[in-house]
Amino acid sequence: MKTQSRRSFLKASALSGGGFMLGLYQDVFAGQKIKSSISNAIPVQFLESSNFNELNGFVKITADNVIKIMSPNPEGGQGVKTSMPMIVAEELDVDFTKIIIEQADLDTKHFTRQFIGGSQAIHQGYTALRMAGATARQMLREAAAQKWNVPVNEISTELGVLYHKNSGKLAKYGEMATTAAQIPVPRDVKLKEIKDFKIIGKSQRNVDLDKIVSGKPLFGIDTKVDGMLIAMIVHPPAMGLKFKAVQNESVVKKMKGIKDVFPIKIFNDDYEKTFFDTNQFNEVVAIVGSSTWEVMQAKKALKVSWDEQAAFSQNRNMNGRKMAEKIPTGLENSTDHTTKLAEGLLKPANIRRKDGDVENAFKNASKVIERTYNAPFLAHNCMEPMNFFAHVTDEKVSLSGPLQKPEFTEQALSTRLGIPLEKIDIKLTRLGGGFGRRSYAHWLIEAALISQKVKAPVKLIYTREDDMTAGIYRPSYSAKYRAALDANNNLIGFHVKVGGIPQTPLAPNRFPAGAVDNYLAEDFTIDTNITVGSYRAPHSNFMAAAEQSFLDEIAETAGKDPITFRLDLLKRAKDNPVGKNNDYDANRFIKVLELVKEKSNWESTKSLKKLGFSAYFCHDSYAAHVLDVEMKEGLPVVNKVFCAIDCGIVINPDAAKNMSEGGIVDAIGAAMYGKMAFSKGVPESNNFHNYRMIRHNEAPKAIEIHFVENTEKPTGMGEPAYPPVHAALANALYKATGKRLYSQPFSENL
Amino acid sequence: MAKYSLKINGKTQQVDVDPSTPILWVLRDHLNMPGTKFGCGMAQCGACTIHLDGNATRSCVLPVSAIGKSAITTIEGLSENGTHPVQKAWLEHDVAQCGYCQSGQIMSATALLKSNPKPTDEDIDNAMSGNICRCGTYLRIKEAIKTAANTSNAK
Repeated sequence: MKTQSRRSFLKASALSGGGFMLGLYQDVFAGQKIKSSISNAIPVQFLESSNFNELNGFVKITADNVIKIMSPNPEGGQGVKTSMPMIVAEELDVDFTKIIIEQADLDTKHFTRQFIGGSQAIHQGYTALRMAGATARQMLREAAAQKWNVPVNEISTELGVLYHKNSGKLAKYGEMATTAAQIPVPRDVKLKEIKDFKIIGKSQRNVDLDKIVSGKPLFGIDTKVDGMLIAMIVHPPAMGLKFKAVQNESVVKKMKGIKDVFPIKIFNDDYEKTFFDTNQFNEVVAIVGSSTWEVMQAKKALKVSWDEQAAFSQNRNMNGRKMAEKIPTGLENSTDHTTKLAEGLLKPANIRRKDGDVENAFKNASKVIERTYNAPFLAHNCMEPMNFFAHVTDEKVSLSGPLQKPEFTEQALSTRLGIPLEKIDIKLTRLGGGFGRRSYAHWLIEAALISQKVKAPVKLIYTREDDMTAGIYRPSYSAKYRAALDANNNLIGFHVKVGGIPQTPLAPNRFPAGAVDNYLAEDFTIDTNITVGSYRAPHSNFMAAAEQSFLDEIAETAGKDPITFRLDLLKRAKDNPVGKNNDYDANRFIKVLELVKEKSNWESTKSLKKLGFSAYFCHDSYAAHVLDVEMKEGLPVVNKVFCAIDCGIVINPDAAKNMSEGGIVDAIGAAMYGKMAFSKGVPESNNFHNYRMIRHNEAPKAIEIHFVENTEKPTGMGEPAYPPVHAALANALYKATGKRLYSQPFSENL
Repeated sequence: MAKYSLKINGKTQQVDVDPSTPILWVLRDHLNMPGTKFGCGMAQCGACTIHLDGNATRSCVLPVSAIGKSAITTIEGLSENGTHPVQKAWLEHDVAQCGYCQSGQIMSATALLKSNPKPTDEDIDNAMSGNICRCGTYLRIKEAIKTAANTSNAK
């Protein structure tokens, strides 16, 4: 039985995370699917009730027993608006189908880490969410004890009802809510035993699904208020350019429905950027009008001149740590990027980890394998284009829209406007996809500056072309791997040198570090003026692709089964690890490999079908895939995907499966088709006709998801299934075609 | 500007807009019907799919002046309370992740089932491949379409 101090949850909430979750104990959730309709359970008149007694930031209950659970983190499709309240409801002991769930605004008084990214929302929020529910339940019990004049420990609860066995007294939570809200927050409460979970581990349907399938306004882009104007921006057409002047302002201002045209500057020159502030296109031209179509016409008509952006350097403030950045001048080409990465691989790099005597291992090797892997920049392409609503007045700044890191963005906005945080309100709408892109919410600042200038409520919308060409891409990478095998085909040396434009993807202490006596990991970076940002499973999305493709080739060269080869390495890391600083749990990793091996019937089908295997640990979770692929009429067809994941306790099993399926489909799409190339700084793709996304007919025919059963703390589901997909696909395509794939997108190399 | 009388979800609505305005923006900006989504503006992603006389149509490239007497159905008009068999199948399979593309997916799926009540997997791929889902929910969409096809009143 765990106890937690009050302090640990009072300012605790969710955390970052693209994640999802689910969980738990197989006997609790095996095969069960609860299909309920949240919205139908609550009489409409109660939805507007303002008489909620606030037991804490998460739990609010009216005297007539309407129970509301606040979901603190933004919902971007990863399911946290369902799974986080499930965790609260579990400890509160209520019927999950008979409560209201509401998206919290940005509320730094009640919540911390109210953001999503890195699959951390559930992982970091888990205990706090349980504490929130358990503490509220305890306050309700104490209120009943006071009213009934009985000892609190004689009061039990079941599904929102308080019960005193000896007297037979019963009360709904609502009847005690007013009293409970006055009770001091208990210092310690007991959390449930995992075996007693009733909600966690049982599939609950997406709480917004009724609204999604009926087209109700849910997304930021759906925002509409009286007097609202529509704004769009015009940004430089190439990376490396900056705003100079508007050439035909008077013509455009006279166009039908157009209210104003003016440049805005997103950050002031002396602003010290932090984590999620972007580097480029600091000055853009705003066009404001009364309807979207009219503004789109004006945008087409607007003529702007541009200048070359000079090189600059800056120190980014990363929570007090200064990170130096150099942004070069010039109009960059993808061909130059490829050349620079290739040159970088030939030069000395930063040694990030070294075990044993790598030089000697390669000198004494019977066989040496060396391979180089490449990946291009990628655009996020969230289906809902970037947008935000802002209404800035002297008294108040009201904002609403989709973003991943509201707390960071609010601070940047406060600095920019010179308006204190207390006067800024940010409402969080459902995100039509995030994938990291909406961590960089420069468009929120743009919307606010535009509203301030035109003195009206404004909804800023990016066109798809703006969304795809305004920057923030997955970095481009190249990695050279070398392996040394002895005469008995044992892996005696392993060397990776990897570079990124402009960030390194290396995680030097991940597998196979710890499993090879002689190990060297080096990295380098190349400066660029192309803006980058987090992209689903940042860096891991490339490292997994390269490393797991390479391990497949080592296994083949060594004459070993690819899963057995990795299991042998993991057993070494488990029993006799090299070095102490290995950031994975070899035992959990092994179990995931064994699970996917069993579920895919690997041993009996590997000679019959074209199977590819890959596994990766990142974002606190372990994932392994087997892909069954064949070539039909020259095109790859993924017949089946077997996926095993260890994400600890599974909060919402069917939703976790959905997230894993989606990660697999998305990753196949990125591996096969994803590419953003540049020509003289101009992004060569600007809409879905020339940026290829995976479509229905290219998705796998079937996917099976299997979770490792354990009671580990739950981890997030937004990312873990994604990184191992690329290599599993490449390894399967090798079986199907005889050709190894070293460069993404694979469709260009098949 | 010009006045148009449009038949939308069984009701007649008047709008006064520029003739070149795509019906997508008429719905979203002028008629307060945001269920039909903006995704690409060039008929490449399917997020804006509506029915024009029962046929799946990309509303982002369809000028209001081209509609004439054709009947428009949007996601808001598919059923009273999300009770169309396709919507119910979407609920049953808990299809959505972010959900942004799903109204377009549902409109394409309902048009498919109207013309082809028992589609094969290949039929579904062909009819749906114009609708992008970045979250990757394609398998659930296919299962939901099959479930809806098996529901007697799927039309």
